[in-house]
Amino acid sequence: MLLVENVRKSYVEPNGDLLPILDVKRFEIGPGEQVVLRGRSGCGKTTLLNCVAGLTAADCGRIIVNGRDIVSLPEAARDRFRASYIGFVFQTFNLLPAFTALENVLLGMTFTGERPDIPRARQLLESVGLGHRLTHKPRALSVGEQQRVAVARALANRPVLLLADEPTANVDPAHQQQVIDLLRDACRRENVAMLLVTHSPEVSAQFPRVEQLEEINRATLVAQGGATV
Amino acid sequence: MSYWKIAWRNMQQRALASSLTGLSMALGVALMVLVLVIHEVVVAQLSNDAQGYNFIIGSGQGSKFEIVLSTVFHVGTPLYPMPYRVYKQFTEGQFAPYTDVAVPVCLGDSYSTEDGQRFRCVGTTPDMFDKLAYGAEDDGTEKRYRFAAGRNFKHENFFEAVLGSVAANRTGLKVGDRFRPTHGISGEGERHDEFEVVGVLAPTGTANDRAMFVNMEGFYLLSGHALAPKEGAEPLPPAEPGVIRPLPEAQREVTSILVRCRADQMMAPMAIEMGVNKGEDRAAQAVAPVNVVERLQASFLGPMRMILLVLTVLIVVVAGISILVSIYNSMSERSHDIAVMRALGASRAAVMSIILVESILLSLLGGLAGLAIGHGALAVASPIVEYYTGVTVRAWSFTWQESLLVPALVGFAALVGFLPALSAYRTDVAKTLGGAR
Repeated sequence: MLLVENVRKSYVEPNGDLLPILDVKRFEIGPGEQVVLRGRSGCGKTTLLNCVAGLTAADCGRIIVNGRDIVSLPEAARDRFRASYIGFVFQTFNLLPAFTALENVLLGMTFTGERPDIPRARQLLESVGLGHRLTHKPRALSVGEQQRVAVARALANRPVLLLADEPTANVDPAHQQQVIDLLRDACRRENVAMLLVTHSPEVSAQFPRVEQLEEINRATLVAQGGATV
Repeated sequence: MSYWKIAWRNMQQRALASSLTGLSMALGVALMVLVLVIHEVVVAQLSNDAQGYNFIIGSGQGSKFEIVLSTVFHVGTPLYPMPYRVYKQFTEGQFAPYTDVAVPVCLGDSYSTEDGQRFRCVGTTPDMFDKLAYGAEDDGTEKRYRFAAGRNFKHENFFEAVLGSVAANRTGLKVGDRFRPTHGISGEGERHDEFEVVGVLAPTGTANDRAMFVNMEGFYLLSGHALAPKEGAEPLPPAEPGVIRPLPEAQREVTSILVRCRADQMMAPMAIEMGVNKGEDRAAQAVAPVNVVERLQASFLGPMRMILLVLTVLIVVVAGISILVSIYNSMSERSHDIAVMRALGASRAAVMSIILVESILLSLLGGLAGLAIGHGALAVASPIVEYYTGVTVRAWSFTWQESLLVPALVGFAALVGFLPALSAYRTDVAKTLGGAR
């Protein structure tokens, strides 16, 4: 379902030098599989997520999602592909403050090129227990409710892959488990594969597969002087 | 969700800033509407007032503008008078064969109300209202004077008067009332004999609404209006008691003459114009009021309108720039939202379009509000303007230029929205969403 193969990404430093961030030989996730990606800060977790989402263009290699190599797609096609096949849950939820909970979910459906499915948006919010908060704006929702709206929005277009970038980082410990349960249940229900980035050992412990990015990212190995590319 | 709705929500999010920029656009457009409509009304008014006759015959010493302004619009200082024989040339002299109607006009008196409002008194004949028209309907038929109350004055009743509708409203005079004109137009001259109001004209939307028309025969008999008898002229026999005798023609003058040519004489206008303007003593000149009004429009009103329009366009441009500034300044605070939309699958073109739509929506709503404010202001002012000037301002009649406003605003909004839209286009999603590594 997701195949990352020979993907490299470097950034240009102010002095003009190239700084390699990502060099992944092979990384794979099966359909419906739930995988945790761990790594220390700055090791390239977010860059990998951004490359997989098509938000950042990889320098080379292949990133195949649902049979399509998004690296070879032009940017506009990549955007459309992301809208249709990839869901995103952010660390800070990133709900748009001007929109109601329902509109935030509908916003996730706006850019696929198809008419937004209002009944599905309602049903998703109901499924995360927010059927009574449809017309509330984010500032009127609790942190936990905002995160649930974010999950509903990520699943709005029936994606094949959900990317979650530290979704529990801004949630108090009492609610962390709820968020993880919500994500895992929703992905299971919708048969969506999930790649979740987290620092939390408690969260990692609940997933059958945990990948340490430093182990698959050869750029990090070079930086650490532990290996040559 | 449509881009319109997304843009609308963005505007709601910044309600105060959006309202203020929209309001500045609305005021700019409202000013533009006022300039357009008022110019249209003034032009129509000028053209309308100068209809119903072919020529104004005025003194050879005044300018054409003075003749038209004082005779048609009742403004400016009265003209040099002409000998009465000039008028006789149109009734029984050399121009009579070409003349359908000749109406003499005597100016120089006024009437002041207690609160200081002044109205011109115009000495004329009943033909003014019986035989002349004051414009034309859309189908070309002549607009004839009608009386809202009373009747026209009679030639033989020297001290009768007819009031224009505005003059009647504002002086409070009605049929049966009497008033005493003042010599001169300053309102400080000697008070004349009384005239009786026998009729009030229905509104015409012309300057005549502000005038008070008195029988010319009575006008001549007022103090200071008669020329001294010629030396050696035989004195008139004394009048019988109770009989008012008209002023001898030798002692009369007229200020101007409204002349309508005979329709069956194709050469009549040329004959009159040539005959008067090339006359030996040059005592008079024939002025075609339509030409003067056209010149007035071309030389004064047109450029004036252009200046005002340029100013209002500048105001709208400033308002447009304020939209640009408002949206552009908000780009840093909304870059996060844009990045989120991009992460949700919005293309660069989509986020750019949303910003452009917001700019267009702001301009469009501001523009529509401006149209409403402009015409609303006219609607409020219309009865006041009509009361004081007799000019009818149709608040809800639109000029064709206004139909260009909306597409022009949309184009302009797209232009001013381009810079912030470009900024949205260039938003670095990964960086904005926090951390590139």
